[in-house]
Amino acid sequence: MSILVDRNTKVITQGITGKTGQFHTRMCREYANGKDAFVAGVNPKKAGEDFEGIPIYATVSEAKAATGATVSVIYVPPPFAAAAIDEAVDAGMSLVVCITEGIPVRDMIRTRYRMQGKPTLLLGPNCPGVITPDEIKIGIMPGHIHRRGRIGVVSRSGTLTYEAVGQLTELGLGQSSAVGIGGDPVNGLKHIDVLKLFNDDPDTDAVVMIGEIGGTDEETAALWAKEHMKKPVVGFIAGVTAPPGKRMGHAGAIISGGKGTAQEKLAVMEECGIRVTRNPAEMGKLLQSVL
Amino acid sequence: MKIHEYQGKEIFRRFGMPTPRGIPVFSVEEAVAAAESLGGDVWVVKAQIHAGGRGKGGGVKVARSLDQVREEAGRILGMQLVTHQTGPTGQKVRRLLIEEGADIRKELYVAMIVDRGTQRVCLMASSEGGMDIEAVAATTPEKIHRAFIDPGLDLTDAQADEMARKIGIPAGSIAQARAVLQGLYRAFDETDASLAEINPLIVTGDGRVIALDAKLNFDSNALFRHPDIVAMRDFDEEDPAEIAASKFDLSYISLDGNIGCLVNGAGLAMATMDTIKLFGAEPANFLDVGGGATAEKVTEAFKIMLGNPQVKGILVNIFGGIMRCDTIANGIVAAVRETRIAVPLVVRMKGTNEELGRKILADSGLPIISADNMADAAQKIVAAVGGGSATAEATSAEAAK
Repeated sequence: MSILVDRNTKVITQGITGKTGQFHTRMCREYANGKDAFVAGVNPKKAGEDFEGIPIYATVSEAKAATGATVSVIYVPPPFAAAAIDEAVDAGMSLVVCITEGIPVRDMIRTRYRMQGKPTLLLGPNCPGVITPDEIKIGIMPGHIHRRGRIGVVSRSGTLTYEAVGQLTELGLGQSSAVGIGGDPVNGLKHIDVLKLFNDDPDTDAVVMIGEIGGTDEETAALWAKEHMKKPVVGFIAGVTAPPGKRMGHAGAIISGGKGTAQEKLAVMEECGIRVTRNPAEMGKLLQSVL
Repeated sequence: MKIHEYQGKEIFRRFGMPTPRGIPVFSVEEAVAAAESLGGDVWVVKAQIHAGGRGKGGGVKVARSLDQVREEAGRILGMQLVTHQTGPTGQKVRRLLIEEGADIRKELYVAMIVDRGTQRVCLMASSEGGMDIEAVAATTPEKIHRAFIDPGLDLTDAQADEMARKIGIPAGSIAQARAVLQGLYRAFDETDASLAEINPLIVTGDGRVIALDAKLNFDSNALFRHPDIVAMRDFDEEDPAEIAASKFDLSYISLDGNIGCLVNGAGLAMATMDTIKLFGAEPANFLDVGGGATAEKVTEAFKIMLGNPQVKGILVNIFGGIMRCDTIANGIVAAVRETRIAVPLVVRMKGTNEELGRKILADSGLPIISADNMADAAQKIVAAVGGGSATAEATSAEAAK
């Protein structure tokens, strides 16, 4: 098993005809079961055409009705990406994975507000996506660094997720699923939500949780884990050296009003029984030590 | 993106929020002329820089005659204004705002930010205006009140009135306060602001509610739909290196250390900075080259890092996923040749085609130190610049094998 997605997942790609969408759709199709998984694309101007054999529909609803897909992945440019999420939510998709980076926060506030009470889960925006190794890859992560196994990975950052996955794979520790929740301040699934999924997954034995400065999501997840997590969790927080008031690349990575420092997060995680390292080259070894 | 106080007040007035009358000026003569045209017998001379704490730093003065206006304008214009937000070197004052004096009965604090937890805009307000709000939050947190704004309803009359009462607005001025708070929310929402702050919001002797200050920051991802706000950008207030970087779509922040770092991905870039510190040195910058780094972008990134005289060494840390390590290696070789760098360079590359990438670096004949992982890379660059507490084993002896 795994979380969120597996070999049977069927995926619609929104923004399949753009440069990024084309490139990553090809990469995702080539990975494991991708040939059968990526069943439809959406572009209202190109309905009836196809992208390298993948049929294109005018709307997400039509694509879903025609293919039975339950997941959509979004590569739509930032000014239109929130509307693309809205469309997928309205079509009743189970999971929406929004890769797009640079969506205005105001748009995401409105989109998250519309999502209240609806069953759709959102990953991202500004995230690498989700992968269940040897089964399915939905997003922009490099497939070949992953290996099938029993370690869960959850992170706000893309390349730092790859770093953790790479270390695990080198140690012979495969992954059940690796999930990027994205670096934006207003997003969908948070660390706590993904920890819950890993906790309930019988094929996950332990979790690497990677956070960064800004907000209090890591603290919230750690406090939940202290009471409920049945599996070991290890962690790293990026941004010990980041000065307050400077935005470190990600829209969400900023220490404001003295809140959201790495030290504070690391302290709370340790208090909650999460083993942490201050050396990001040691994430894999730390996980190995708690098994 | 940040703007000046006088620009923030222009936006406030557009949304029906009262502010004192004022005129922005660039010279002493203009300052005196502005005071004359405003009339009255009390003026405030206010330094316009993109940092808070201007009053404490001596950048805001009350003048009771035109001579005093002349004197204060002459003193403040051109000064290096140091506040808790500028750093020790301060920020040069190039613009002033000349305003009519206000009859202050009460000073209050009002702000709006996006709250990540509730995913809504949060109105924060306090009766303790005119002070350092972080000190208020630390010592008397019960004096800071919050209301979360439902995007479907906007800031309701009931919410606005309740907040006005909580922060001590007199009964006769509640309706005015409501208009200010609702105007502030509309301004925040319609301009895609990321922060709005009025410190202080005042109640005058005759019961009027006026924004005596205005601080607005904007979501850089939304500037594409606000050309009027982009036009307010003041490049003099920004770090030239950060401006240069933004032209090449590089995310760059200057820091105080001496090791430049070039990384792909914001999280990995922060982690790389942290690793440098872990081994006893300090990073000179944050630099994320992004996912689509080309040879040109890498070269520009090197130029920007090397433009900082503090930089004594450079660490490149690339996790090549979609981006192949051989492409990056070619970019680094080109950049090193073009910039003729004279400081030690450590490169750690991981991922797709990493062997090929390492071979390109080794075959280049350039003095590039290769590293196996992040910790190894950090130790090697710290040792190479002769700083920190890293073990001495890692030196340039192991240069490109």
